[in-house]
Amino acid sequence: MAAVQETIDAVAALEKYEHGFISDIETEYAPRGLNADIVRFISEKKGEPEWMLEWRLAAYERWLAMEEPTWASVKYTPVDYQSLFYYAAPKQKDGPRSLDEVDPEILEIYKKLGIPLKEQEVLAGVEGAARYAVDAVFDSVSVVTTFKAELAKVGVIFMPISEALREYPDLVRQYLGSVVPVSDNYFAALNSAVFSDGSFVYIPPGVRCPMELSTYFRINASQTGQFERTLIIADKGSYCSYLEGCTAPMRDENQLHAAVVELVVLDDAEIKYSTVQNWYPGDAEGKGGIYNFVTKRADCRGDRSKVSWTQVETGSAVTWKYPSCVLKGEDSSGEFYSIAITNGHQQADTGTKMIHLGKNSKSRIIAKAVSAGKSDSTYRGLVSVHPKATGVRNFTQCDSLLIGGDCGSHTVPYIEARNGSAQLEHEATTTRLSDDQLFYAQQRGLSQEEAVALLVNGFVRDVMQKLPMEFAVEAQKLVAISLEGSVG
Amino acid sequence: MLKIENLHVSVGDKPILKGLTLDVPAGEVHAIMGPNGAGKSTLGYALSGRPGYEATEGSVQWAGEDLLELDPAARAAKGVFLSFQYPIEIPGVPALTFVRTALNAQKRARGEEEVSAPAFLKAVKAASAALKMDFEMLKRPLNVGFSGGEKKRMEILQMALLEPSLLILDETDSGLDIDALRIVSEGVNALRSPDRAMLVITHYQRLLDYIKPDRVHVLAAGRIVASGGPELAHQLEAEGYDKYLPVAA
Repeated sequence: MAAVQETIDAVAALEKYEHGFISDIETEYAPRGLNADIVRFISEKKGEPEWMLEWRLAAYERWLAMEEPTWASVKYTPVDYQSLFYYAAPKQKDGPRSLDEVDPEILEIYKKLGIPLKEQEVLAGVEGAARYAVDAVFDSVSVVTTFKAELAKVGVIFMPISEALREYPDLVRQYLGSVVPVSDNYFAALNSAVFSDGSFVYIPPGVRCPMELSTYFRINASQTGQFERTLIIADKGSYCSYLEGCTAPMRDENQLHAAVVELVVLDDAEIKYSTVQNWYPGDAEGKGGIYNFVTKRADCRGDRSKVSWTQVETGSAVTWKYPSCVLKGEDSSGEFYSIAITNGHQQADTGTKMIHLGKNSKSRIIAKAVSAGKSDSTYRGLVSVHPKATGVRNFTQCDSLLIGGDCGSHTVPYIEARNGSAQLEHEATTTRLSDDQLFYAQQRGLSQEEAVALLVNGFVRDVMQKLPMEFAVEAQKLVAISLEGSVG
Repeated sequence: MLKIENLHVSVGDKPILKGLTLDVPAGEVHAIMGPNGAGKSTLGYALSGRPGYEATEGSVQWAGEDLLELDPAARAAKGVFLSFQYPIEIPGVPALTFVRTALNAQKRARGEEEVSAPAFLKAVKAASAALKMDFEMLKRPLNVGFSGGEKKRMEILQMALLEPSLLILDETDSGLDIDALRIVSEGVNALRSPDRAMLVITHYQRLLDYIKPDRVHVLAAGRIVASGGPELAHQLEAEGYDKYLPVAA
C-alpha cells in the first residue's frame, strides 16, 4: 500500500496538523458582532435581490428566539456570538473573476494545500493535476471556480451560491431552505441569516455530470465564523458526485463553522456527496480548534431517487453533524458511510437520520468510529418509518475502535418503526486495537506508526472504498496523520 | 551466527527464561523441544521483541548486533522472522497488501529499493503455487476466516516473500493435517540456505521427520538442559520429558 508509505513520510516530515499555516492576506471585515445591520451588510456585499435580504432578516429574527442545543454529547466553551466577525473576505474586485485576477498569495495557499485551480494544467495533463472542478471558498467568499464553462456546455451549473443568487435567482429561490427550513435548528437559523458563500449546483434532467465537483473550504481570518451554504439540485434522471474538503490554520481560539447543505433529488436522480473534513482539531492540550456545527440534509423527493453521504471526519475540536436523508419518493434510497476519527481532546457527535416516508424506500448506514487519546466519539442515528411507508428496509452497522484507555466511544441509535412491514437491522461492535495485532504487524517490519495506520485503515476500509478514487489516497493519509502519537 | 548468552526474560514479575544459552550457526537448523510451560514460545517472543517480554539479563547477538537493543520492526529488518503459533487476524487488510507493506517497510529500513507491484505479484504467484495456496485467498483480509492450516501456510508464504535470515518457527505443526504438514515443511525446507539460521520450536518429534534438524535442544524450566543430534528427538518421543522436569515442581 503506497499510501501507507506516503503517510509515514508525511508524518515524519510534518507537524501534527499539516494545514495549520496562517496566511497574511489583506482582508476586509464586517464590523464585529451580529445584528440586523450585519445581515444587511452581508446581503448588500453580495448584491442580493430584496427577497433574499427579507429571507435573511426573518431567519435572524427566528435565531434570536432560539436556544443553542445542549443534547449532544459534547462539552465546549460557549460561543460568544457578539465577538465574532461574520464576514471576512480577501480584498479584491467584485464580479466574475478569472484566475489571473485572484491574489497570487491565495493561489499559493491552494497550491500548498494541493488543490488544483489551474484548468490549463489539468487540461494539459500536467502531472499530479487531478481532473475535477473546484469551487474555492476562502473565509466568507468564493475566490475562484474552475471548469464552469466546460460544465455549462452540458447544462451543469456550478458556481458560488452568491453568484447563483444574481444569475439564477428563481432557481435558488425555489429550492433554498426547502430541505433545511430556516427554523430547523439554532445553527441552521444562524447560517440562514449570515451565510456568505458556498456552492450551487444544478444538474439538468438526464445529465450525468462529466466530472467530479468539489468545494474546498479554507478558514484563514482570525476570530471569524465561516457560514457556508451549499445547494445541489439533481433534476430527473441526473447524476453527480460532489466532494468537499476543509482546512484551517492553527489558532489558539476556537472558531465557529456552521454550514448548511441542502440536496434536492428528483425522480431517478442520484447524488453522491463526499466530505473529507480536516479542520484544525486544536492542540495536544485541547486548546483552539474549530467548532464544526453543521446541518446537512438530502430530500429524496423523486421516485427511485438516491443519495449517498460519505464522510471522513478527522478534524475539528467539536463536531456536531448528522447528514440525513428524507426518503419521500417511492423506492428512494439513502446511504450514509462515515469514518469519524478523534484524537487528543477532540469530541465528535455525529451520525445520520433516515426518514422513511416513501414506500419501499431503503437505507444503509455504515459508521466507523476510531477514538484515541482523550477524545470522545458518539454515533447518534435515527431510523424512522412513517405509518404509510410499506416495505421499508434499513441496515445499520456501527463499529467502534478504541486506541488506548483514555478515550470514549458511544452508540446512540434511535429506531421509530410505525409500519409493521419494515425490516430494520442494527449491528454494533466495539473493539480495542489489540496488542497482538500491533506486535504481529511490527514483527513483520512495520514501525508502530505504520502498524497503527495499516490496522486503522483496515478497520475503515469498507467506508474508504466509497470515496471517489482521487480522494481515497488522500483520506488514507489523513487517517494516519490524525492518529499520530496515539499509541505508546 | 545466533548467539544467545545467559538470557533471562520475565513476563510481568514472573521469570520465564532463566539463563538460556544457545548458539545457532548460519546454515543450521536447530530444534527446541520441551514440555509445556518450559518457555518455548517466550523464547520466540523475546527474540522478536514482543513488548511485555522483558530481557532482564544476558544478550542476543545476531548479524553483529545485540537484538535486545532493537525494536521489533528493526529486528525484522535485520532478518528476524517469527512464524506465530497462533497467527493473528487483520480485518480489512488484504493479505497481499499486508505482506507488500511489510516487505517495503523492511526494504526501506535497509536502504533498499522498494519492490515494484509486478515483481511482487510474480513472487507471490510463485510462492503461493509452491505452497498450494489459492491466489484468490490472498486478496482476502489477512487470516480472517482462514482455517488453522491456511493460517500456517500464510505464515510460511510471508516467510518466503520476506526472505528473512533468522527464522523462528513456533509450533508450526500444530493444527496441521498430514498433507498440510508435508506441504508446509517443504516450504520451510526450500528456505534452508547457508546464510540462514533456523530455530524450530516444537512439542512433538513428528515435525522433525519433515524438517530435519542439525541439532536438538531440550528447553525445560527456562534453560537448555540437554543438547544432541537428531536422535535426541527420537529419545524424547520414546521417553517423554519427565527426566528434565524439576523435581517436585
